[in-house]
Amino acid sequence: MNIQPGRDVQLLIALLVPLFGAVGVMVKGKNENLREGISCVSSLILFAIVLSLIPDILHHRTLKFPMFTLLPGVSITLRADAMSMIFAIVASSLWTIAVFYSMGYMRGLKEHAQTRFNACFALSIFGAIGVAFSDNLFTMYLFYEIVSVCTYPLVAHHQDDEGYHGARKYIIYLTTTAKAFLLPAMILIYVLTGTLDFAPNISTGIFPAGANGPLVIMLYIFCLIGFAKNGVMPFHHWLPGAMVAPTPVSALLHAVAVVKVGVFCTTRVMLYVFGVDTMNALNLGIPTAYFVGFTVLMASILALSKDNLKARLAYSTVSQLSYIIMGVALLTPAGIQGGLIHIVNHGFSKITLFFCAGAIYVAAHKKNISEMEGLGKTMPFTFGAFAIASLSMIGAPPVAGFVTKWNLLVGSIQAHQIGILLILIASTLLNVGYFAPVTFKAFFGKRPEGEPYTGIKEAPLSMLIPILIACAVSVVIGIFPNIMMQFVKAVTG
Amino acid sequence: MDQLLLNPGFPLLSTLIFLPLAGVIPLLIVKNDSFSRYWTLAVTTVVAVLSLLLITGFDKTTVKFQFAEYHSWVQSLNIQYVVGVDGISILLVILTTLIMPLCVLASWSYIKTRIPTFMICLLIMETAMLGVFVALDFVLFYILWEAMLIPMYLLIGIWGGPRKIYASVKFFLYTLAGSILMLVGIIWLYMANHYSFFIPDMMWVDYSFNHQILLFLAFFLAFAIKVPMFPFHTWLPAAHVEAPTAGSVILASILLKMGTYGFLRFALPITPAATVYLMPYVLWLSIAGIIYGGFTALAQQDMKKLIAYSSVGHMGFVTLGIFVLNIQGMEGSILQMINHGVTTGALFLCVGMIYERTHSRELSSATGVGKFMPVYVTFLAFFSLSSFGFPGTNSFVGEFLILAGAFKTNILFKHNIALGLAAIPGAVLAAAYMLRMLQKIVWGGTANPDQSWLTDLNIREIATLAPFLFFVFWIGLGPQPFINLMHSSVVNLLDQFHAHQGHALAAAELILR
Repeated sequence: MNIQPGRDVQLLIALLVPLFGAVGVMVKGKNENLREGISCVSSLILFAIVLSLIPDILHHRTLKFPMFTLLPGVSITLRADAMSMIFAIVASSLWTIAVFYSMGYMRGLKEHAQTRFNACFALSIFGAIGVAFSDNLFTMYLFYEIVSVCTYPLVAHHQDDEGYHGARKYIIYLTTTAKAFLLPAMILIYVLTGTLDFAPNISTGIFPAGANGPLVIMLYIFCLIGFAKNGVMPFHHWLPGAMVAPTPVSALLHAVAVVKVGVFCTTRVMLYVFGVDTMNALNLGIPTAYFVGFTVLMASILALSKDNLKARLAYSTVSQLSYIIMGVALLTPAGIQGGLIHIVNHGFSKITLFFCAGAIYVAAHKKNISEMEGLGKTMPFTFGAFAIASLSMIGAPPVAGFVTKWNLLVGSIQAHQIGILLILIASTLLNVGYFAPVTFKAFFGKRPEGEPYTGIKEAPLSMLIPILIACAVSVVIGIFPNIMMQFVKAVTG
Repeated sequence: MDQLLLNPGFPLLSTLIFLPLAGVIPLLIVKNDSFSRYWTLAVTTVVAVLSLLLITGFDKTTVKFQFAEYHSWVQSLNIQYVVGVDGISILLVILTTLIMPLCVLASWSYIKTRIPTFMICLLIMETAMLGVFVALDFVLFYILWEAMLIPMYLLIGIWGGPRKIYASVKFFLYTLAGSILMLVGIIWLYMANHYSFFIPDMMWVDYSFNHQILLFLAFFLAFAIKVPMFPFHTWLPAAHVEAPTAGSVILASILLKMGTYGFLRFALPITPAATVYLMPYVLWLSIAGIIYGGFTALAQQDMKKLIAYSSVGHMGFVTLGIFVLNIQGMEGSILQMINHGVTTGALFLCVGMIYERTHSRELSSATGVGKFMPVYVTFLAFFSLSSFGFPGTNSFVGEFLILAGAFKTNILFKHNIALGLAAIPGAVLAAAYMLRMLQKIVWGGTANPDQSWLTDLNIREIATLAPFLFFVFWIGLGPQPFINLMHSSVVNLLDQFHAHQGHALAAAELILR
């Protein structure tokens, strides 16, 4: 691995920072403050490096760093382009916030095995950054699998029967789908095209003209369901099961890193392996949009039925993830933009919601929505942030989610798909249906008899500040959408 | 003779073969436990270092047998002492020489009785195994092939577990039964080739189709038992379970490779038409082995049995790759032989290390050791990931190539991807049983036995495992040097194969019509 001029070594550094962070955490595990200091510093360095890449990307440069060549056409190569930046910025910025939050949470609850927890946390970010910066299907698959393996200890963290059960489901779903569908898809793509590298733009794809149509369609389906982290039904069960994890894990990994790895991989493959032209030629886009549309509606209906706050958020995540794929599958500029920008918007808003759920648990030890009546007056900041973030989920201005919804609606009209338009509207109503009652009950609900909520006060500041920051970002990117839209627009060209 | 590139200078191959045998002599004289350990370690290390000269002197461009030596042996029967390596055997030779010192290290404290005898068995094994991979005279090959049985029989029968006699006899009988028919085949070939045992002369001769079928079947049984291919695998779990760690490692890493090596060296060049004719059966037998091995491994409670059955599945991938008869499949197979040697060997070492501590191979008694043996489980995790073909590890590259080859099969299966897809459940099962084992050992459940008395790995144990880990990642991230070594030989094998498969097949079609 000799570094030659022209290789963009920042990418390698960005990748290695969380890895070394994890090693540092493991080595210095005995010293609590030093250990968490390492986590904080690593996350800040990573965020700084990612930010430093922005000028190059905005000048339409694609950064690359080849690492290993396994076979002709199969290599481990890093690449940063506009699309990678969307995910890299979200993952790295939210890691910094989540590190501070999890310090407060884990110490607040006096959790065991915090060293393992912090190390695996950093390793998962290592995987997520690797996925964001992958230049080919193999590199992406590699880091996708690293995320699966490294998050297992986080899901099983409590080491009780419930934890093991959820974690087993988690790993079985994710590795089985990857092995059963992604592996053959990847090998067949290699056999057909001789390479696994992504195309340079979203239109052409990598398949040669005159490739066997039915075979390409089969590969497409394999990729769509193989990346099961995208939460598309019927392979979504791992996500609610994984909610047994401590809340910082649910927040960062199951609202951002893990599930966004899934949708990022799915959309990356749709756009840069198959390409808009191939997808149009084989008529793959609209059927996909309807297919995930089912998930959008079904998951929302299931969310309505959940009283456990984290479970409701989990099903909301399943539903919202499919927005992203649906938007891209419309294959119109506005649709693709709306889908991709939702990676950002959903990330910031959903992490706020999960953070709030964790804060409520630490401060009041409440998990169920029905037990939270009137709690808003005791914890005004937490529930205030929850209310704003849920507006984003619903898609109301001026919060981030509105930008998504606007673009998706425009996209569905551009694609002349009334059905998709109706799905979006119905899902918005369902979102109101399962989010509004939480806020309403908290602020206007009657305190249950004999439960004065004495001794309950706002969560500690180390949790509250991350909540407010994440919430504020949701509002800022709602009011100034161009901060992130410029990357999305660079993707569609 | 023109297939040989004679080595005029230092007889490197003979040195490698006979140095371990010569190393037995001091052990016969000095019966001291400590001395025999250090001495055997020294001898095997010297052989390992010397074998690296093969790599530096190896010419990747030629398809001839290199470092060849040719001496008369039994004049009256025209038996010669001929040895040489080509791209197909060189990696297996290196694998053998590198594994042996690690086997000595693994037996350091594991073997407690009759240590000099044990070490003698290891050294004789090394001579026989190296000889099998480089022999180019059929009698020499056959003698060494059978010679391996005796030390291996003793390794299992003396230092084995509770059912050692049953296991060692079963191992012996199975392997012997297979090789009897091979002997018949060898004698037929001897007569058909003007009373010569010189292996390169027997290749690409265009024997008649019927003869090829019979020859193929005679050889197939010997090799299929050795691989072992489903349904000839039943000796393997018994032998693995009872064998001491070093025995299991030798068995898994090297002995199993002799079957697949035999297919490449003999079945394809000597009976190409029969190979093509019988290829579909062998392919589907491989698929059956992959699936069967996977399901059976998933059901095991005994760690050694689990890994033994996983070998059946992995070796199914290797035979699959060989018999798809294209470049990806074949190179993937040879690479996968090395990978399996590295990974499964390491896994057996890992199981041995737990066994040394708990004296149990039961998965249930080894649950939840992660907290107390962090170094151990780190190694175990990497080897388990490698075993089920995690990207970035050695087995992934091998599996990738084999499956790419399977998807590309162009003879008989035109544009048919069913074969490749049929192997995929095997990959899924591999992930399932390895992750199951890993989960149990590292985490266990809520009712783990008390493991707090366990001590983590010592320096010797780390030194035993570290070289395996090195190769896991080297082959996983940069397999090109390994593939380059074999490339010319594999291309030549396939070219010759495709040139010769036709003649006899055409004749066969006339007969069948």
